[in-house]
Amino acid sequence: MQYSEKVMDHFMNPRNVGVIENPDGYGKIGNASCGDMMEIFLRIEDDIIKDVKFRTFGCASAIATSSISTEMILGKKVSEALEVTNKAVAEALDGLPPQKMHCSVLAEDAIKAAIEDYLKKKNN
Amino acid sequence: MKVYLDNNATTKLCKEAFEAMVPYLTEYYGNSHSMHRFGQETGKALREARETIANLLKIEADELIFTASGTEANNIGIRGVVRAFERRGKHIIVSEIEHPSVRNTAKDLEKLGYEVTFLKVDKNGLVDLEQLKKSIRKDTVLISVMHANNEVGTIQPLKEIGQIAKGHRILFHVDAVQTVGKLKFSPKDYNIDLMSFSAHKFYGPKGVGALYIKKGTRMAKFITGGGQEKGLRPGTSNVAAIVGMAKALEVAFKNIKEEYKKEKELRDYFEEKIIEKIPEIVINSKEVDRLPGTSSVTFKYLEGESILLSLDFKGIAVSSGSACSSEDLHASHVLLGMGIEEEFAHGTIRFSIGRYNTKEEIDYVINELPPIIERLRMMSPLWNEFKNN
Repeated sequence: MQYSEKVMDHFMNPRNVGVIENPDGYGKIGNASCGDMMEIFLRIEDDIIKDVKFRTFGCASAIATSSISTEMILGKKVSEALEVTNKAVAEALDGLPPQKMHCSVLAEDAIKAAIEDYLKKKNN
Repeated sequence: MKVYLDNNATTKLCKEAFEAMVPYLTEYYGNSHSMHRFGQETGKALREARETIANLLKIEADELIFTASGTEANNIGIRGVVRAFERRGKHIIVSEIEHPSVRNTAKDLEKLGYEVTFLKVDKNGLVDLEQLKKSIRKDTVLISVMHANNEVGTIQPLKEIGQIAKGHRILFHVDAVQTVGKLKFSPKDYNIDLMSFSAHKFYGPKGVGALYIKKGTRMAKFITGGGQEKGLRPGTSNVAAIVGMAKALEVAFKNIKEEYKKEKELRDYFEEKIIEKIPEIVINSKEVDRLPGTSSVTFKYLEGESILLSLDFKGIAVSSGSACSSEDLHASHVLLGMGIEEEFAHGTIRFSIGRYNTKEEIDYVINELPPIIERLRMMSPLWNEFKNN
């Protein structure tokens, strides 16, 4: 099994790692016993994602998919961010080994969870 | 710097073995079973290699067959005796932390109508002798327990197990892949009937293993073919590899005590330093007798593959018990069997020190490891949860 250079780059130099205090949207997906968990923090103004941070427990591809997916949604409208699919995340990394595709699902689900949290807060 | 700390996976071929092999890869190419001179030359080399290994292990030359790997030796041994003893019974006992070549063979036998008891281990990876005694039935024909575990290094009480097996007239198979060439012993010391081992674990070539079969043990043929290796492992003998195996074992035995001491000193030094430098780690099986060069370390709140690849980036080769570095995405059955929580099993790394490692290399690892762990933990939500509570 081998990772693409892009996966290794995002794993070794992940973008947007960290926390946003009082985020407008927060999502957490995965669990420790399965070996991966991702947290995502969003700052949103006028339905545009102005800032995004993540923390991930997991393998190299979990960290890389987290990293690249934050890049993919930064500056985007909320509606556009919701359209980011796990397939697009994997493609942006020049592909993932088949047994690692579930990591890209983690990223997609975490983004969705954070946006749902934002929409819920907004509607209250 | 390049540091190879995966010696339980495989080792570097030693110069002595390489040099012994060269003539059999070049000028002496006859089939060792042919009657002409070409065959006689390689036939003689094959005989001498068998005698060398037999002498070192204090067994007889005709109690040894050569195979293509430790895996093949385990298969031929286990499948061979259970078939031969089918009429006596179809129950076997294996430990639950066996290498896949024993574990999956036992699982396959289950599908073929045999009954298998998987013996539990304690938190240090030791089999439970009381459970072993209780598991024995009238139809039990085989007990298979590995000598030392490849992941954590725990050395099993073979003497006691061998006595129990003998007392019940049950055959005893031992996967000794991790110990032959590292510990000085003979299968005769432990009442072992069948014992598998492999050359590339003791600085011999890959692609050659061996199976000790105690004289008089009935065996069914699992691979069919010609008459080589008593018909139990037919196929033209890989003379060069077998010669290399014999030479490598000879070299290993020559310095076996010194090497044990050196590896243990490096390992203990490594563990002492990382315990000092890195919080929230657990050294597995530390309380029991284990392989001198093996260190299994659980880095809590982290996933092993990310540690493995970060170390690889620094030129350090290790292996991981995490799900994510395996094809099937399951955490190591060995660590789970020892009662390590799945969450922590994922964060376990095996450092296995060998003959060619130096103190400088270990110092390099001791320096590179803490920042890697810190970087990954900063990113880990689990670590942050732990810190905040």
